[in-house]
Amino acid sequence: MHQTLPLLRDGTYCPIPEPNCRESVKPIQRVIDSVKPHFKKGGKLEKFHPAFDALETFLFVPGHTTEQGVHIRDAMDLKRTMFLVIVALIPTLLFGMWNVGYQHYLAYGMQTTLMENFLFGFQKVMPIVIVSYAVGLGVEFIFAILRGHQVSEGYLVTGMLIPLTLPVTIPLWMVALSAIFCTVLGKEIFGGTGMNFMNPALLARAFLFFAFPAYMSGDIWTDLSPEPGHALVDAYSGATNLVAFDVDYTQMSSVSDMFWGFEQGSIGETSVFACLIGALILILSGVGSWKIIVSSCLGVVGMGLLMNVLAPADIPTHAMHTPAYYHLLVGSFAFGAVYMATDPVSAAHTETGKWIYGILIGVFTVILRIFNPAYPEAVMLSILLMNVFAPLIDHLVIEQHIKKRIKRA
Amino acid sequence: MSTEDTPAADLVKEKKREAIFSKKNIQTLRDPLDDTNPITVQVLGICSALAVTVQVMPALIMSLGVIFVIAFSNLIISLLRHTIPNRIRIIVQLIVVALLVTLVDQFLKAFMFDVSKKLSVFVGLIITNCIVMGRLEAFALSQKPWPAFLDGIGNGVGYGLILIVVAIFREFFGAGAILGYQIVPQAAYDMGYVNNGLMVLPPAALFVIGIYIWWQRSRNKKLVNVS
Repeated sequence: MHQTLPLLRDGTYCPIPEPNCRESVKPIQRVIDSVKPHFKKGGKLEKFHPAFDALETFLFVPGHTTEQGVHIRDAMDLKRTMFLVIVALIPTLLFGMWNVGYQHYLAYGMQTTLMENFLFGFQKVMPIVIVSYAVGLGVEFIFAILRGHQVSEGYLVTGMLIPLTLPVTIPLWMVALSAIFCTVLGKEIFGGTGMNFMNPALLARAFLFFAFPAYMSGDIWTDLSPEPGHALVDAYSGATNLVAFDVDYTQMSSVSDMFWGFEQGSIGETSVFACLIGALILILSGVGSWKIIVSSCLGVVGMGLLMNVLAPADIPTHAMHTPAYYHLLVGSFAFGAVYMATDPVSAAHTETGKWIYGILIGVFTVILRIFNPAYPEAVMLSILLMNVFAPLIDHLVIEQHIKKRIKRA
Repeated sequence: MSTEDTPAADLVKEKKREAIFSKKNIQTLRDPLDDTNPITVQVLGICSALAVTVQVMPALIMSLGVIFVIAFSNLIISLLRHTIPNRIRIIVQLIVVALLVTLVDQFLKAFMFDVSKKLSVFVGLIITNCIVMGRLEAFALSQKPWPAFLDGIGNGVGYGLILIVVAIFREFFGAGAILGYQIVPQAAYDMGYVNNGLMVLPPAALFVIGIYIWWQRSRNKKLVNVS
């Protein structure tokens, strides 16, 4: 046995047999490797193996090797993929924090610096992020230990997406409840990460939207915690652009404000610019499908133009007159199309299917926005709807393909 | 939980006169509560389970109504089973069920008008409840009156059990009350607790039934491969 243990650079033998041994040159890795035996089968902490495994594989590419034949394992595994999505979310998160502070001080008519805005937002947003992660990961760990499987990495992204889709004024216990709901009923019940047919983060938002409507719509988009010595400015209105959109679209903010994100809304959704940076990261790294992003934009613009043609001429302020490109900027369309619709698990898998899936998301978004003012957040509902239909789209695409091949043969 | 096996062949008629509460009869009564529950295992009668479970009181009355209808329609059809021509049996069954449903409906209108208004069409719709017709076809047509009656009671109670469990969850989380009595104290509302609006909507009943089925199957190993 001893001979098979690999020799390390410092002349000692690695305590763990191949193939799990790696040269422990990094200090963190050395710590991980030294405690590893405790979590192995028969070790005293065996019960917590899923937790240990999650941490280890998150930090380093797992040391598993294939047992038969020669295969190459890509280092770009699920955890690395998820991590890239987190990186892509950072612009929206940072901008969202800044905007929370900016909107807050704007409502009180105070002059503040960039840093003050950011710190205020940081203070308000961080608790939501922490609660979302703590509760969601807690549920995942409980399931992993109960069922004896590994902790799935899926929650890394979901835990960040949930806070970004919520208004900053949301009570923390609601965040916790939605995290439990989406992890248990959105994922674990179907078998965990990769088995869910709907995007869990959107499910969490939909849950809150229907369960606590008063906390998800209305004048809740700006944190109005009192500022000593200052009162709300007279012209203050807590409505988002989607409300203006329904009443009189000409009352909406300017295009540049909506593009850069100087408007009220959920934490991560306001800035189209930040979403575009995220989209660039996702597309360049190959994690997100550019076809879905492009096709959903096409769907929105196409449907927007159709609406313009059909719009009633005698009501010039009707929402149907809204210029088509406004639909790309207003609300959370950019955020949804970039981060939610491209979820590789719940989206369509075939290449043609992705075009159909994306276009339909865009089309339904515009239809719901214009014709159903009760549900202003049309992007959420249309992505969830298309999540449900994605397997059907794939099925039809494959059937069509088979038919075509048979004809050619 | 019962540990005896339920041989599928126990539908074979027995010649001997059996005791009123023989083992088999008890089984007939008890199986629908868990192993062959009409809602969670046979997935019948879902519509009314979604519609009348917002509060416990209507769910309770609805359950009693359904128990009455299933039990007595099973009994009557079982008594008539040798005289019903096979080709028109569905019509005969419908007439019997319609009679009983009308009785329940009139009774509720006369003595419990408020609940009757809340249940609205769903009392009348008991006639289309798949459980009633399902038990008539599957059991009462080929069994003696007494087991058929017990089977009706069992299935009715199995249905009512789910309805009441679902209604308790929905009323508690949706309105903070059970049977109209406020359970969640005002202090909790003052601290920021809010009733869950989703629980009042019909989809919540599906969630609760789904979780119930999950719990039931993880507990009752007999059900794991039944579907």
